[in-house]
Amino acid sequence: MFQKLSLLCFLFFVHLIVIAQDCNISISGQIIDIHDNTMLQGAVISLEGSSVVAYSDKNGNYTLEDVCKGMVTIKVSHPYCEPQSKKINLTENTKINFRLEHHLEELNEILLKGKLYEPNLNSSITKQLKTEELEGFSNASLGDALKTISGVSSLNTGSAIVKPIINGLHSSRVLIINDNVRLHDQQWGEDHAPNIDINSAANVTIIKGASALKYGGDAVGGTIVVEPQKAPLKDTLMGKTILTGATNGRGGTLSSSLIKANSNGFNYRIQGSLKRLGDLNAPDYQLTNTGQRENNFSLGVGLNKIDYGIDFSYKLTNSKIGILRSSHIGNITDLVASINRPIPFVTEDFSYSINSPKQEVTHQIFRLNTFKKLKGIGEVNLQYSFQNNDRLEFDVRIGDRRDTPAMDMNLKTHSILAQLEWTAPEKFDSHFGIELNAQTNFPSGETGVRRLIPDYDMYTAGFFATTDYKLTDTWELDAGVRYDFNTIDAQKFYRISRWESQNYNQLYPQFEIEEAQGRQILTNPTFDYHNFSGTIGGTHTFKNNWKFTANLSSASRAPNPSELFSDGLHHSLARIELGDLQLNSEQSFKIGAELQGELNNLDFNIQPFYNIINDFILLEPSGIESTIRGAFPIWQYRQTDARLYGIDVGLSYAYKDFDFVSNFAYVNGQDITRDEAIINMPPFNMSNTLSYRKADWNHFFLSLNSQFIAEQNRFPDNNFTQQIVNRSTGDFENVLVDISTPPSSYHLLNLRTGMEFEFDNKRFSINLIINNLLNTTYRNYLNALRFYADEVGTNAMLQLKLNY
Amino acid sequence: MKTIKLLSLSLLAVLTFSACSNDDDAPEVVLEQEEITTLNVFLTAEGGTEELKFSYRDLDGDGANAQVMTNNLDANTTYTGRLEFLNENDTPVENVTEEIIEEDDEHQIFFVSSSGLNLTTEYLDQDGDGNPIGVEFRLVTEAASTGNMTILLIHEGNKFAEGANEGVFSSVVGGDTDIEVVFNVTID
Repeated sequence: MFQKLSLLCFLFFVHLIVIAQDCNISISGQIIDIHDNTMLQGAVISLEGSSVVAYSDKNGNYTLEDVCKGMVTIKVSHPYCEPQSKKINLTENTKINFRLEHHLEELNEILLKGKLYEPNLNSSITKQLKTEELEGFSNASLGDALKTISGVSSLNTGSAIVKPIINGLHSSRVLIINDNVRLHDQQWGEDHAPNIDINSAANVTIIKGASALKYGGDAVGGTIVVEPQKAPLKDTLMGKTILTGATNGRGGTLSSSLIKANSNGFNYRIQGSLKRLGDLNAPDYQLTNTGQRENNFSLGVGLNKIDYGIDFSYKLTNSKIGILRSSHIGNITDLVASINRPIPFVTEDFSYSINSPKQEVTHQIFRLNTFKKLKGIGEVNLQYSFQNNDRLEFDVRIGDRRDTPAMDMNLKTHSILAQLEWTAPEKFDSHFGIELNAQTNFPSGETGVRRLIPDYDMYTAGFFATTDYKLTDTWELDAGVRYDFNTIDAQKFYRISRWESQNYNQLYPQFEIEEAQGRQILTNPTFDYHNFSGTIGGTHTFKNNWKFTANLSSASRAPNPSELFSDGLHHSLARIELGDLQLNSEQSFKIGAELQGELNNLDFNIQPFYNIINDFILLEPSGIESTIRGAFPIWQYRQTDARLYGIDVGLSYAYKDFDFVSNFAYVNGQDITRDEAIINMPPFNMSNTLSYRKADWNHFFLSLNSQFIAEQNRFPDNNFTQQIVNRSTGDFENVLVDISTPPSSYHLLNLRTGMEFEFDNKRFSINLIINNLLNTTYRNYLNALRFYADEVGTNAMLQLKLNY
Repeated sequence: MKTIKLLSLSLLAVLTFSACSNDDDAPEVVLEQEEITTLNVFLTAEGGTEELKFSYRDLDGDGANAQVMTNNLDANTTYTGRLEFLNENDTPVENVTEEIIEEDDEHQIFFVSSSGLNLTTEYLDQDGDGNPIGVEFRLVTEAASTGNMTILLIHEGNKFAEGANEGVFSSVVGGDTDIEVVFNVTID
């Protein structure tokens, strides 16, 4: 591309050559792109009034030979850039570097594609979803969209709560960055979905592993980077509206966004979406109380002057999610009954109402960001953000507490991020940064239920330095280090019996404050954690344009509040979960590699990985406790050494109007200490899509997708035998409680078709999406509610989209 | 200059906000309201006076250390019984029985005797639909024997399910178990 354009430049800028006297001086230097400090090839350097001309080579170097003494005007032009000229008095051989500004049009393209923020520059193992792909999931969630990437699965609670799993890891091990702000939304819970409106994202990048150190050092699993639509640098008003109607849930989503931009750099954006869905349907019955409502809104205003800018944005997500009524159970006997029951106990007629159990979550992000380009240094970027997360969880309760939430938590997080991109040394692109966080968790005491997560203040300070080095044309290296300090100061009431049975009265007498009512004790646990993380890697481009990337990264993650402090009953799993104050940080060492290339129209992409995690924190059964409500298993957090390996493969082949895309992924997780499989590892899965596209027929496309999910044969056997009363005979019986055996494999067919029409600079498209075309009945190993009900059946969605 | 101003502003903001969450404010203790700590079974033999015959008391809630009290029953005797559910961790002690009676259409108590135990029960109370609740009941003993009596409090089960009004619990009754207590009973 570059080369072709520079040939064009040739034609435009060739001047006649005139020979003058005393002309043996040379001018040399480099032509540099002011935005990303890359060397510009193919720039034309000429002297005014002379025919001497030179072109910059691939390293941006140029030399003008045989220039005469005296005043000269050097003109530099490049097809992508605004021309520049400089007048100097020439007396000797001179070195002058030029830093060129992009054409506005060109810059817009870069801004809109988000190319300036392309993380693909270093050796990170990444995959990106673009706007068109995300739009298909307007009525679904971020987790659903990400699942289309090989190596990404999801951990579900029903079908509305979807948490992404990267290479087998999830929750606190996956960082989510929304518009450069790290999401702090009580991500520790397995039934806490990330608070992101998928309709606000223009692209989403998955980074497998901890190589994106600027976002955090604790990405044991990986990082998800969500970027909103950027405003272009021109006078324009851009809008988009998507309306999706779905048969399953009898509702849909309306999403709209508007961007007003000016060529002077001033812009404002507004975006919102509404989702209304009623009870979903499994193939054979209604999934009672699975409706959801979402109201999302964001706005932004900014000034982008290319070499400096300031931007403010506000995002609000508000969701109300019903949780399958039949998943609220009493004790082990109920759990056994639920596992054995083919149809959930409560299946009522379709309804839009959302009753308990349910969640209501509101998340707000305020963000102020400013940057300035510094000549000869690079760019500084400062950002302040404030996040406010309100989470209400309603349980099935009796009496006048029916409408009182069982959990009411507020999490506030302030963050300051200061970054310097240092591009002065040739071939190096380095980042230095400091991140400071102050976080307060406040669980309300008005619930009448003991707090699951206690009051705490947490402060973190992170420091990082990363650099990318262009060794040769075909080799690039990168490395980075990060240190995070984390201190947590909590105030928690323990039941005295628990405090003592955990031996905390011996281990932590200094945390005890005073005895309280109800046989409880107020304690003040405080902990400091020091976490070191790092990454090193390289990329090699072969002669045939195949690319090989390898990366070694180490992440270090401090235990989260849930792992430290959990202490209570988890209703949908009929288990008592106990945290452990003695946990320390887990440290991972991950090698990831990628080979991508093309072979006779077949694009391939192979990403193997091997991940060793020391002190891996996991939850496992540790005994049975009998209470007035019956017996419950106790699940306690424990640390072990873990090993994960796997491979993600993507293939695509195009032939005439057809294309075929195949993705598959395998991950194998092992608890090395116990020599057993790790729970909740995604089973082998494979997705094949055959599409037919005809641009002439109003961009008609039809694609059929087949998804195969194998049975997970590697799982820890957490089954237990419990003496429970047979409620018919009244006698005790030994019953095997099978909570481990994964469901069988399944195969789904999905269909998509659509067309796009253009008129008056507007684009209108209509798409039909049918998921689970054959109404297949199945259960998903990675769904916490798999003991209670089947997954949803056929869902046909009609989507109308208008770009204006 | 601008950026420095911004930085100092945001620092100020952080300090202000974090100052709000003062460490000195100790949180209020939460007394579990959902909790039923105690189940008392009072029985009155014909012509006799009411006695507390069985009791299950667990003041730790989900914690261990339950105190179970049982008394022997007389053979071939008819008792009138009543149940009492308490939350003794609340002050004053909350009588949860009243709440159960208030929402009697959602609650039912089941008494299940193990095979060797010569004991039968019969409901003496009804909800608005004419279905039994089980807070008041009759308990009839026969020949001397020992075994287990399980008392279940089921929330949102199907009270119209077959057998439910005779106190037969089966999978069609369903519901969530709020109480499941097993007493070791001796009839002599």
